Formats: sequence, C-alpha cells, structure tokens
Amino acid sequence: MPPTYAQHQPVIQPAILAFLLSLLGFIFASFYSLDLQWRALFSGTAIHTSADFFHGFLPPALTHAFLLKVGQATLETLAMSAVGTGIACFFGSALALPASGRLGTWARRATRLLLNLLRSIPELVWALILLIAVGLGPFAGTLALAVHTTGVLGRLMADALENLPTEMEASLQVNDASPAAAFCYAALPQVLPQWMSYTLYRWENNIRAAAVLGIVGAGGLGQMLKFHLALFQMQEAATVIIATLLLIALVDSASFKLRHQFSA
Amino acid sequence: MSADFSCPPDPAWRSRVTALLIALIVLWPLLVASEFKPWQLFDKQSLDATGHFLRGFFPPAHSKEFLLLLLEATWQTIAIATAGLTLALLAAIPFTLLATETLSISRLESGHMRFISLLIRQTARWILVLLRSVPELVWALLLVRIFGLGPTAGVLAIALTYSGMLGKVYAEILESSDARTTQVLLRNGSGRLAALCYGVLPATAAELVSYTAFRWECAIRGSVVMGFVGAGGIGQRMDESMKMLAGDEVFTMLLVFLLLVACADFVSSFLRKRLV
Repeated sequence: MPPTYAQHQPVIQPAILAFLLSLLGFIFASFYSLDLQWRALFSGTAIHTSADFFHGFLPPALTHAFLLKVGQATLETLAMSAVGTGIACFFGSALALPASGRLGTWARRATRLLLNLLRSIPELVWALILLIAVGLGPFAGTLALAVHTTGVLGRLMADALENLPTEMEASLQVNDASPAAAFCYAALPQVLPQWMSYTLYRWENNIRAAAVLGIVGAGGLGQMLKFHLALFQMQEAATVIIATLLLIALVDSASFKLRHQFSA
Repeated sequence: MSADFSCPPDPAWRSRVTALLIALIVLWPLLVASEFKPWQLFDKQSLDATGHFLRGFFPPAHSKEFLLLLLEATWQTIAIATAGLTLALLAAIPFTLLATETLSISRLESGHMRFISLLIRQTARWILVLLRSVPELVWALLLVRIFGLGPTAGVLAIALTYSGMLGKVYAEILESSDARTTQVLLRNGSGRLAALCYGVLPATAAELVSYTAFRWECAIRGSVVMGFVGAGGIGQRMDESMKMLAGDEVFTMLLVFLLLVACADFVSSFLRKRLV
C-alpha cells in the first residue's frame, strides 16, 4: 500500500492577507487617482504620433561639425563626473573622520546628519539649487555631483573606518605615536583600498548622472539633448541619445573589466 | 638611550610627489572642460542671488492652500512611482521567464540550448538591456513630447526603465538559486511554470520581493526628479517654484521631499527585514 501523505493546504496568515489586500488597494488607488490617458495611450492616433515621433529621429545627424560638438559635450560630461567625484572623494574622506566617531559622539551624530542631508537630496535637485548660485553650465552640474556624492561617500567611508579592527592603531598609540600618526600608519592603509573602490563605483554612477544632469541646464550631453529637443531637431537629438548610450555602455564594460582584474 | 623616532624621512616621497604632479597634469584639462571656477561662487553677483534666494527660505511657505496643493502633488508622486512600478512588474515577469536559463528544457536534455531557444533568450536579454540603458529622465523627456505634460509620461518612463532593471535582476536571482530542484521537476515532466512555482520561487521569493521594495523606493526618488521635465508630481511644482525664485515654497517642498524619502526608506527596509 502506498504511503498516504497528509495534504497541507498552504495557510495564509491574516496579517499577510491584510497586507496583500491593502497593497492591492494602494496600487488601485494610485492608478485611479492619476488620470492616466489610457485612451490616448492605446488609440490609433497615439501609435501614429509615436511612430511619427520616433521616425523623426532617423537618420541621426552625422555631419562632421555636429559630431565634433557631441564629442565635446561627451568630454564635458566625463569631466563633470570625474571632477565632481574627485571633490567628493576629498570632502567625503575629510567628513568620514568625525562621522566614524573619532572626534566624539556628538561630532559623529552631527556629521552623520549632515551627510544624510547631502545624500537624500538627489543630484538633480542640487543642480537646480546650484544653478541659482553659479548660473547655467557644467560647473553647476559638477558641484551638484560633488555635493550629493560627498554625502554618499562620506557615509560609506565612515562605515568602513568604523568596521576596522582597532588593535593596530591602539598598539601604535600605546607606544607613544600621536593619534594622527597612528591613523596614518595603521587605519589608513587598511581602509584605502575600500575607499578607492567606493570612489570608483560612485564615479561610474556619476557618469550616468552627469549625462542627464544637463536636462535642467547643468551642461554636458543632457543640455544638448534638451536644447535640440526644444527646437524639434530630432535627428540631432537622436545623435546625442546614441552618444549617451555609448558612453554608458563604455563605462559599464570598462568598470566590469576593472573589477574583474582587481578581484582576480 | 632611547632611539630617535622623531621624524623618519618618508622613503617613498619621490614617487609620491611625481604621482601627485602627474595627477594634476591629467586633471587640468578636466578642470577646464567642466568650467571649474570656484571663485564664481564668491563673486558679488552670485552671492547676492544666492543670499536673496536663501533668505526667502524663511519662513517656509505654510499657507493652507499651498499645503493642500503640496499634499496632492506628493500623493501624485507616490502614485506615479507605484503605478509605474506595477506596470514595470507586469512587463518584467514575462521577460524574466524568457530570459532565465534555469528553465530551459533543451539545455537540460542535451547540455546546450536549442538554437531557437538561445535566440529568443538572447533577444529578451537585449531588449532588457536597451530598456534600462536609456535613463528614466531621457525616457520622460521624450514621452512628455508624445503625451504632453502630466503623469502619463512619468508612469510610462518608470515602467520602461524599471522593467529592464527588474527583468535583469529577477533573472539573475532565479539563476543564482539552486537549480537541482527545478531540474528534477523538469526531468520528471513538470511544466515550466509549475517548475518555477514549486522549484525556484520558494527559495527566491523573499529576495525577489525585497528587491522590488528597494526599487519602489528608487522609483519614488525617480518620480520626483522626473517632475522637473514636466511629468507631474512634487518635482514639477518644485521646478515651477524654483523658476519663480519662491524660496519659501522651495524650502517647504525640500522638507516634504526629505520626509517622503525617509518614509519610503523606512517602509522598504521594514519590509525587507520582515522578509529576509
């Protein structure tokens, strides 16, 4: 006789059921309140307009002079991201010291609050605010990247510092080294590789961010895209989008290779 | 006699100085290209403009109509993120099923996939790559041209970008789980969907949901930012106030925005803690 198995019906706990139902209600409320133009979305005219719109992109503008301009904007985007990340690396590591609790609990709390504040406001919002201070152009974008990334890097670097084993630094200090020297010769060499990898990772992120920052007027490829779209020069806009995609793909593959090399 | 530890010369100073100089020389064109002019921050005109704008921050705008307007815009932002993510999920699931290698029957039998399966799988992956490589802001910018100002463009932009991200990461999560259960089910004649539901999903469900919650949090940030190109929500209002240099309104919105991000962060980390 084959053994009989008790059939276990899956039991859904009431709390989970309530959660799922409220999630469903939440999603439904979202769709309901948004006044989406479903009809426009699936009507023949919308498909027609979209087709027309994307057809306008062809062929991308490939004149020599224009490509030169796109190249320049690409370089500008790269420069914005590199300089922004560099500044952020400097200030982030400077703020990581108080944020890791080396200068007392209160300094730690205050610095962490500042870092959180810098980090929670996205680059684009920073760019909008900084546009008022420094005017249109890549400098505003660079600063925006720097400010936001300082928040991110400062926190990551402080966490790395806090997670260090403390014995080496303590032993240097017991043997009469000054706190600064103990930090430089015991803690710093240990965290430096991690700090570098965080910085490189953020740089990769920032190249993507820099490519779109220009849409609010902060220089680079984004500004060009916005400009040509505003003038309905679709073919030029198409070239800029392709350049953006190429830049992102290039950065992705480069960082993928670099990481493989370092981890191997 | 105590040894003299006072100031040992740095044995590597020569290479350090050289590296610094080379870095500066390489950095120079970058500084030029990014129009790095810090003194611009401190010239009189920009200091005046900034000071004027910052002075306008206090007191933050708190009239009743404005707060009501802001509440509506905040809800719109949340709704755009939620609706966009729901659509992204609906699109990502079929792509995930197409792209996941663990569910390949032909690979199971012969060790390598049939050509057609491989082709379909690779096509699905390339579509996902294409969807997520275009930044959401660029999608929004383009869609605003088609659907006009308002939330439709925002919802679609999030749906397009995030379906690419979700599809890719879901497939990776499914493939990283132990494949043996699924293989046993498939070998014994179970269908692919049943193999997915009883083989892969029980092991990966928590991770899948937790990643989705994380993406929802990202979508809220994204939907604020997309407002700047006219896709509705709190971002659009912030852009308008910024253009009118209404500092008090901007300040209130920044506060609300920080609160919103903190709440989303809290909700998603709460969910993730409960799950994993």
